[in-house]
Amino acid sequence: MIHSLFLINSSGDIFLEKHWKSVVSRSVCDYFFEAQEKANESENVPPVIPTPHHFLISVYRDRIFFVAVIQSEVPPLFVIEFLHRVVDTFQDYFGTCSEVAIKDNVVVVYEVLEEMLDNGFPLATESNILKELIRPPTILRTVVNTITGSTNVGDHLPTGQLSVVPWRRTGVRYANNEAYFDVVEEIDAIIDKSGSTVFAEIQGVIDACVKLTGMPDLTLSFMNPRLLDDVSFHPCVRFKRWESERILSFIPPDGNFRLLSYHVSSQNLVAIPVYVKHNISFRDGSSMGRFEITVGPKQTMGKTVEGTVVTSQLPKVVLNMNLTSTQGNYTFDPVTKVVSWDIGKINPQKLPSLKGTMSLQTGTPKPDENPNINIQFKIQQLAISGLKVNRLDMYGEKYKPFKGIKYMTKAGKFQVRT
Amino acid sequence: MASNSLSYNDQGDRGLGSESTELGQEATAMTSGGGFRLFSADYKKNEDLHQMLESNKDSLKLEAMKRIVGMIAKGKNASELFPAVVKNVASKNIELKKLVYVYLVRYAEEQQDLALLSISTFQRALKDPNQLIRASALRVLSSIRVSIIVPIMMLSIKEAASDLSPYVRKTAAHAIQKLYSLDAEQKEPLVEIIEKLLKDKSTLVAGSVVMSFEEVCPERIDLIHKNYRKLCNLLVDVEEWGQVVIINMLTRYARTQFLSPWKEEELLDESNEKTFYDSDEDQNKNGVAAKQPYVMDPDHRLLLRNTKPLLQSRNAAVVMGVAQLYWHLAPKSEVNIVAKSLVRLLRSHREVQYIVLQNIATMTIQRKGMFEPYLKSFYVRSTDPTQIKILKLEILTNLASETNISIVLREFQTYVKSQDKQFAAAAIQAIGRCATNISEVTDTCLNGLVYLLSNRDENVVAESVVVIKKLLQTQPSQHSEIIKHMAKLLSNITVSMARASILWLIGEYCERVPKIAPDVLRKVAKSFTNEEEIVKLQILNLGAKLYLTNPKQTKLLMQYILNVAKYDQNYDIRDRTRFIKQLIVPNEKSGALSKYAKKIFLVQKPAPILESPFKDRDRFQLSTLSHTLNTKASGYLELPDWPQTAPDPSVRNVEVIQPVQEQVTPVGKLKGKKDNLGGKFYSDSEEKEESSKSSESSSESDSKNEDSSSSSSEESSDSESEKEKKDKESENSDSENNQAKTKSKKLDSASSSESEESSSEDSSESESDSEPDSTVKQKKEGKSALSVAKAAIKQEVSLLDLFDFSDVSTPVALPKPVMASRLATDLEGLSLSSTAVIDVTTPVFVPAKSYSLLHRMSGKGLGAEYHFPRQPCIYNTKMVSVQITLTNSSEKEIRNIQIGERKLASGMQMHDFYEIECLEPGASKTVSMGIDFCDSTQAANFQLCTFNDHFSVSVQPPVGELLLPVTTSEKDFRKEQGKLTGMNENSTAITGSPQNSSCQAIVHKVVNMANVGVVPSGQDNIHRFAAKTVNSGALVLITIEVKEGSTMQLSINTEKSVIGSVLLRELKSVLSQE
Repeated sequence: MIHSLFLINSSGDIFLEKHWKSVVSRSVCDYFFEAQEKANESENVPPVIPTPHHFLISVYRDRIFFVAVIQSEVPPLFVIEFLHRVVDTFQDYFGTCSEVAIKDNVVVVYEVLEEMLDNGFPLATESNILKELIRPPTILRTVVNTITGSTNVGDHLPTGQLSVVPWRRTGVRYANNEAYFDVVEEIDAIIDKSGSTVFAEIQGVIDACVKLTGMPDLTLSFMNPRLLDDVSFHPCVRFKRWESERILSFIPPDGNFRLLSYHVSSQNLVAIPVYVKHNISFRDGSSMGRFEITVGPKQTMGKTVEGTVVTSQLPKVVLNMNLTSTQGNYTFDPVTKVVSWDIGKINPQKLPSLKGTMSLQTGTPKPDENPNINIQFKIQQLAISGLKVNRLDMYGEKYKPFKGIKYMTKAGKFQVRT
Repeated sequence: MASNSLSYNDQGDRGLGSESTELGQEATAMTSGGGFRLFSADYKKNEDLHQMLESNKDSLKLEAMKRIVGMIAKGKNASELFPAVVKNVASKNIELKKLVYVYLVRYAEEQQDLALLSISTFQRALKDPNQLIRASALRVLSSIRVSIIVPIMMLSIKEAASDLSPYVRKTAAHAIQKLYSLDAEQKEPLVEIIEKLLKDKSTLVAGSVVMSFEEVCPERIDLIHKNYRKLCNLLVDVEEWGQVVIINMLTRYARTQFLSPWKEEELLDESNEKTFYDSDEDQNKNGVAAKQPYVMDPDHRLLLRNTKPLLQSRNAAVVMGVAQLYWHLAPKSEVNIVAKSLVRLLRSHREVQYIVLQNIATMTIQRKGMFEPYLKSFYVRSTDPTQIKILKLEILTNLASETNISIVLREFQTYVKSQDKQFAAAAIQAIGRCATNISEVTDTCLNGLVYLLSNRDENVVAESVVVIKKLLQTQPSQHSEIIKHMAKLLSNITVSMARASILWLIGEYCERVPKIAPDVLRKVAKSFTNEEEIVKLQILNLGAKLYLTNPKQTKLLMQYILNVAKYDQNYDIRDRTRFIKQLIVPNEKSGALSKYAKKIFLVQKPAPILESPFKDRDRFQLSTLSHTLNTKASGYLELPDWPQTAPDPSVRNVEVIQPVQEQVTPVGKLKGKKDNLGGKFYSDSEEKEESSKSSESSSESDSKNEDSSSSSSEESSDSESEKEKKDKESENSDSENNQAKTKSKKLDSASSSESEESSSEDSSESESDSEPDSTVKQKKEGKSALSVAKAAIKQEVSLLDLFDFSDVSTPVALPKPVMASRLATDLEGLSLSSTAVIDVTTPVFVPAKSYSLLHRMSGKGLGAEYHFPRQPCIYNTKMVSVQITLTNSSEKEIRNIQIGERKLASGMQMHDFYEIECLEPGASKTVSMGIDFCDSTQAANFQLCTFNDHFSVSVQPPVGELLLPVTTSEKDFRKEQGKLTGMNENSTAITGSPQNSSCQAIVHKVVNMANVGVVPSGQDNIHRFAAKTVNSGALVLITIEVKEGSTMQLSINTEKSVIGSVLLRELKSVLSQE
């Protein structure tokens, strides 16, 4: 399936190559560079590029292109999904997935890639198994290894690979047994000029960090499971139990994992926690424009809106901005024409605002479209859909674990049209 | 043993040759080293690596290997170290060994003979008691691409395929493909091994062996028969990558083995029918009811049922795989369930979105109804990459229909203004396509596009001109006004493609604009020499056409142009000039052709077809690489067509059928309810053990919880299993019933697309139809809106000195506003921003409640339901749009469904839906109509007629549906509220339960009840809603104040006191409910 993998950095250097079948010359990447040039932006490089003898399927993450070489028909999503899994694994191993991190750990990278694919077909992609096969590098271990000459490579077959719970390793031991669940919801919305909602939906995930001894069997139930319209599970979740009782029942992997991601049915109303008042205008013939934004909370269920950042991509004719903000700092990048205003916490008594003028290039007509405003924010201790975890029970083990749950609401792709 | 020694001999023979090849390689390395210094540095470095590898210390060796792997990763050649590295293949240090393996696999092909030195090590390792070592030895051995070791590989694979460890068997499955790609002649024995491994019961092996099957012998479909049911049952527990491969394979399998579930719908074909019934008899052997014409093979059903849970997978490839399986295999009514999951994938990475959107685009062309509920998920964000934007636009265009066109067009209107010009141009084309597809909005779109002509951006203007040209060509009716307008713009437009298009249009329709055309020619003649080539060609074209139709005015002009063009630098233009001159200017030499010149130039040209670029993609299986690229990729396996007659289903019967089919239930029963429900993997392991009873499968040896259940399975007596069998069957039939139910439900959404098609066919009638309906007042309104726009244009074009514009006193772009003026203003918004404080907005989305219009019993099989889609009515602004779903539950088709006599209260009006010519049995259609209720809750009574019957029915509007939501600011709300006090205010106190007084609950309830807009409110305890009545536009303002102790004060301000009081009553009852 997957013949070879090339990693290409943003300046167009191939800094790593790996072949699973016979060697494919790196000149095949020329087709990729050609497409990259044509696309002018990294985001616009088509994910699938045909060449005379191969097909290149690429993903772009963390400023690195991961280009897989394919020789014959294969579902493209299969390859794309796998490449993303590779990136996730690198992030898991090295903290970040940057060119430097990969170059520094090239041997580990090679060993991991060797285990992930056999003859181009995925072999072990579960992080729990991989980490047993090849231990992630830590400072302590690196020091110990250099002194004692021991290695990162595990010397026994991960039992998970063979068991009916391939995602969990056996013999897990913890002094403190704890299980944390984070319910994180993101609001995707498009707000139109007049402030009414064109489109809004809630996407949520439950991320878990489970450090429990042995083979615990957990069940998690919700107060209002009907809210979840469409869900996708970690393979550990027993689907039949969910279908019949709406209860999540699973033997968790060890460590961090994403238990569930869900979509709140679009039939429910979405509460929009902030509003934006804006007045952005360009006058014809004038070299000045007005820019005025006020942000305020709305439907926040009594919680504070934090970490608010407002960004906007201004049209090319804007040369500079002269603004004053009542709260937070703003920056304007005259090259990319992006204005970004970091507000932080919104105080409902004193609404933050950003006012001032834009100086425009003279002699050019005013732009047709006002810039869109993107907003980021966070609300702690609130799941905006109203989803609530009812209880978490553990079976199969004797001890009493410490359980914790946290809610958070964030802005996803939250866009205001002006 | 014999073969082993043989291979050693082989090796010995080759030993002599090896040195010479090595020497040869070194020689090339020497010469290829370009810069000598660089080369020597490299050489030195390798030298110390050599030394490190020769040393006794593992740590030094390891260090050296790490550096070598680093070199390989960077793509540097490290092949000359091969002899030194290969010595370490038998090292005790595991990491060192692994790195040597990495090196070996990379360079074995280049250094075949040296690689053979390592083989014996692997052969030894293959006998190791540790399964990990056995597996990795096989992995590396099979990865060494040296053809001489093919027999050794074959032997090892054969052995490994019957290894006790499933992990080793999995590795063997992988090795099969490697060996096949190395030596295709080994196919026969390899297929035998595949056959053996396919029988394997381990989930670990299943994915890998199917992968090998697909690579080596995809045509041997007969190997699957016996394993089909097992694969279906194991599928949920196979690892995700294996799932993708198995799903793909089973899709092809099912296409060859089962009958088409779509046949019923295609039953029109006489010839098909016979074979169809024949095959039915085959099916009935299974003892299923003989009455129904098509019964799905239980195995077909098994596949659909077992893949459905995988839609919930976190892996996008699996979800897409299931989606394509349903698309290609499921009855039409069941496909819709995949839509929701596909839409979920749109949250994923850019690349995933790209592929999923492409597949959705193909799906939407055939089945609009499937994704219609998710229309808004395809709205474009300015932060999307361009290619994603364009795909979303494509889908929105495909989804646009009579019922949602107004909101789609409003979206497009924002897109046109996008800073991303490539996207803006695509949006304009999309508007053009909507205009051709939905005849009702053609004129609105055309107007909107004409306004775009005054846009500042040249590309936008150019694109609009090109699209308008295409539109006018498809509808060459009375559009001379638009042509005139474009003629005026000619001097402002500089994009050559647009200029050329305008000139072509004027030439083509020169008889419609007899006065302007010569003048345009005069103007372009002046600037001829400065024009682009494409424009010059069109000038010649225009001239020729005018010369033929109006020689009196244009003869001299044309002669001038021909003279200038004769000396043009471009040979193409000189060539065309000569050709045209000979053709149109009569002279003594001119042949027979010039007589037909007029026919040649002014022949009716076929209109271009605006269609989706995804139109022909459905020839490829969805989710494949070929589909993405729209060309056949190598190795693409054509999806076979359904067989005419079903192949014998008994081939899938397995001798020892009990374990696979029925054992799940009894064991689960003995073990208690919980396991039965939850034990996704328990049930799997039970199956495994059960089967191990009959076949001496080895998988049990390492499964741990075996002892608990193996005893229980033995207990289950024959009689019980029989009983279970029956249970299972009844369960099956149950589920089939359910499907029948859902089928009817889903059909109506599918059929709505059909109804649109039929309505567009009627397009020509639609214009005349709607005219009598629209009131005088409305026309006036439409005109006044247009005239504002006209004024704006006039100003811009007043510099033109075209004399025959003076007689155009009516508004510029004036094809009759067939559409309600509301829509027209929507598109006018393209250039004119509205300044009104109170705007009508899009309604908040709530699930539609439907009401019964005609029961199927009283309607002799014709059932009808209606609901209010809460969209502005496209026929008339004063009407409430009503959608009626007609279902035929009789045995025969119902013909000519239409609205007959109506008994409406005075002032009320109705816009009929288009006649439905024929409704198939079991089918249903959704049609939309508009009713002006005059802001009263009086029912609209009318007759629903069919070919031989008519039924009196009535549509009773709930008061909440007589409203349109508006947005306003809190300040304006208060101001308006201040004007509507006293008589116009209704208020009451409500005591509700505490959970009712939450913000969301209130909003939800109110919006569910009435079509109102939410007004942003500064206070948390006061909720405001605003709307206006559909007919008179009177404001309706609702205020709910939550007080302590969960009481609420509800007040409604409106001058329509009847509506106010009814609304108050209904809201009160809703809000006080639990």
